[in-house]
Amino acid sequence: MESVLGRYRNLTILVGVLFLQVLGLAVQVKRSGDAENTRLIRIWAVGAITPFERGLVWVHDGSRNLWHNYFFLRGVRAENRELKAQIEQMRLEQVRLSEDAAQAHRLQQLLAFKEQYIAKTVAAQVIGSSGSDLSRSIYIDKGSNDGIGADMAVITVGGIVGKVLRVYPSTSLVLMINDQSSGVGAMLEKSRLQGVLRGTANGEVVLERVMSDEQVAVGETVLSSGGDQIFPKGLPVGTVSNVSPGREMFLNIQVKPAADLSRLEEVLVVTQKQERQVIAESPAKVRAADILAQRLPSVPDKPPDAGTAKSGTGAASTSAQGSTGGAKPQTDAVHKPQTQSAGGTAAKLSPTTATASNAGAVDAAHKSTDNVPVTAGETSKKVLAKTPSDSTTSGSSRSAAQTNIPPGASSSDTRPSGAASNSAVSTAKPPAPQSKPVSSQSLPQPPAADDNPH
Amino acid sequence: MPITYTSGEQIEVYRFSIPVTVGVPLLALFLQAFVPRRVPFFSIFDLPLLVTIFFAMARRNPISGLFTGAAIGLVQDMLGAYPIGIYGIAKTVVGYLASSLGAKLDVENAGARLLVTLGFYLVHAAVYFTVARGMVSLTLDWSWIRGIVAGLANGFLGVGLYFLLDKFKQRT
Repeated sequence: MESVLGRYRNLTILVGVLFLQVLGLAVQVKRSGDAENTRLIRIWAVGAITPFERGLVWVHDGSRNLWHNYFFLRGVRAENRELKAQIEQMRLEQVRLSEDAAQAHRLQQLLAFKEQYIAKTVAAQVIGSSGSDLSRSIYIDKGSNDGIGADMAVITVGGIVGKVLRVYPSTSLVLMINDQSSGVGAMLEKSRLQGVLRGTANGEVVLERVMSDEQVAVGETVLSSGGDQIFPKGLPVGTVSNVSPGREMFLNIQVKPAADLSRLEEVLVVTQKQERQVIAESPAKVRAADILAQRLPSVPDKPPDAGTAKSGTGAASTSAQGSTGGAKPQTDAVHKPQTQSAGGTAAKLSPTTATASNAGAVDAAHKSTDNVPVTAGETSKKVLAKTPSDSTTSGSSRSAAQTNIPPGASSSDTRPSGAASNSAVSTAKPPAPQSKPVSSQSLPQPPAADDNPH
Repeated sequence: MPITYTSGEQIEVYRFSIPVTVGVPLLALFLQAFVPRRVPFFSIFDLPLLVTIFFAMARRNPISGLFTGAAIGLVQDMLGAYPIGIYGIAKTVVGYLASSLGAKLDVENAGARLLVTLGFYLVHAAVYFTVARGMVSLTLDWSWIRGIVAGLANGFLGVGLYFLLDKFKQRT
């Protein structure tokens, strides 16, 4: 035996070394959290390499700054004058833009349209890579000391870059989206088709799991779908560069990444995402009548008597079918105000009161966040009490009220009838509308005399 | 003649100083991690592999070659995203084969070095993909065109690199 081992000594050692490595590999593969098992050893390696990388980056940036700040200053005065003129122009532009932004902000609040968005990011500099063409990952100069954690999204202004794979005290390893082991939930912007974004051996990016019978156009934008719970929804991923039939009834969609993955220098790590909020959770700013007016279609022109009678009946019957418990909290009313707007008690109310509770249901939804049961009767009373004195009623309510003003009646008497017409839209067929129903915001405000058929 | 078959007595066995033995592989690993971010095309090269081949063939000792390959490969694994050991195994095999080849053949000619490097690059890739797919279940795709182009690129770089590293050789 000894002679055999001695004769094949080199081969024996080779087999032994390979066996040890295979064993180590098997242990890592068996345990899912291999990052934790090998964390210490990786820290050593990264700690040995990254200081040199940081140093080189520092020297490179320093020399570049030295050149730009001291040696490359020809024509600076002329440039300075030019820049000052530009600043004046930009200040004027800024005033205009800030006005636009404020207006947009107000509109957004009014609509209560809060998509998932990025709340906090940390800027980081790319200092190195994994050093292999087979594994596409980069090192950034921010780590756990800076609040970076695993599975955080890494993006640039252009689009998504990858996710944080491993975190060290002052550096992090980022797995890029063109790595073969990465997967990103993505969707096509126009068709909203969803798929999985993967890297290929050549460093390209493909969108998988899109059925071959779907129509995908070259040049279409690809966005993150948010399904992977890492990348916020709606971030640009890239554009479709080529579409061809793939394997197993799926399309082979090549995507050109929006971010230039081969020339990354600075990136942003999304350290905090703000999840989508329900409208009812922020009741203080927006009035219930405004929300209702936006969600319901506008009221077509019709005779006041017939419209009021029909709407009253329709709303009452809808209320009676839609709900059985009058004291039940009306949370659903926010999402489906047209069908489940009022409680069972609404059926017993007069047509005007019952339909007005449609608007009151939104208020009830606000109340329901505090777990206060609200009946339809209460809510309708609230709306009735508030509406006449409120001068900022939404466009549709106002126009509807004006439409239904009978000759000689005061406006305070007719506003609830306007709400009644509103709720009738979903249940009663409007008699020969003169114009197509449009949203309340786009509806013009004609004089009452013009709209009134009488 | 690019490759010369020589007897054991005719082959020169070289050794290297400790700073070169430690510093050159570390420098190769560092450059491999740093340069591709500045020069993306550089990722096609595998400097640690070239260093492994050079040291293994110069020392002409299989045990030394396989340990050199294992050490360089494992450090390269530590810097990567995949489990530790894939590069280690591949470079262990290459180190062993290169030193065994160095013990049999005197590969000093540039053309021979180009062919040998191309061959070992393909061997390295084959072992890497086998382990990555077979053991770690990584879904890696192999492209022959890309593999051969990368092998030739590494071969040409290797010829120049070996010429530089020859300066550090010390006769035993």
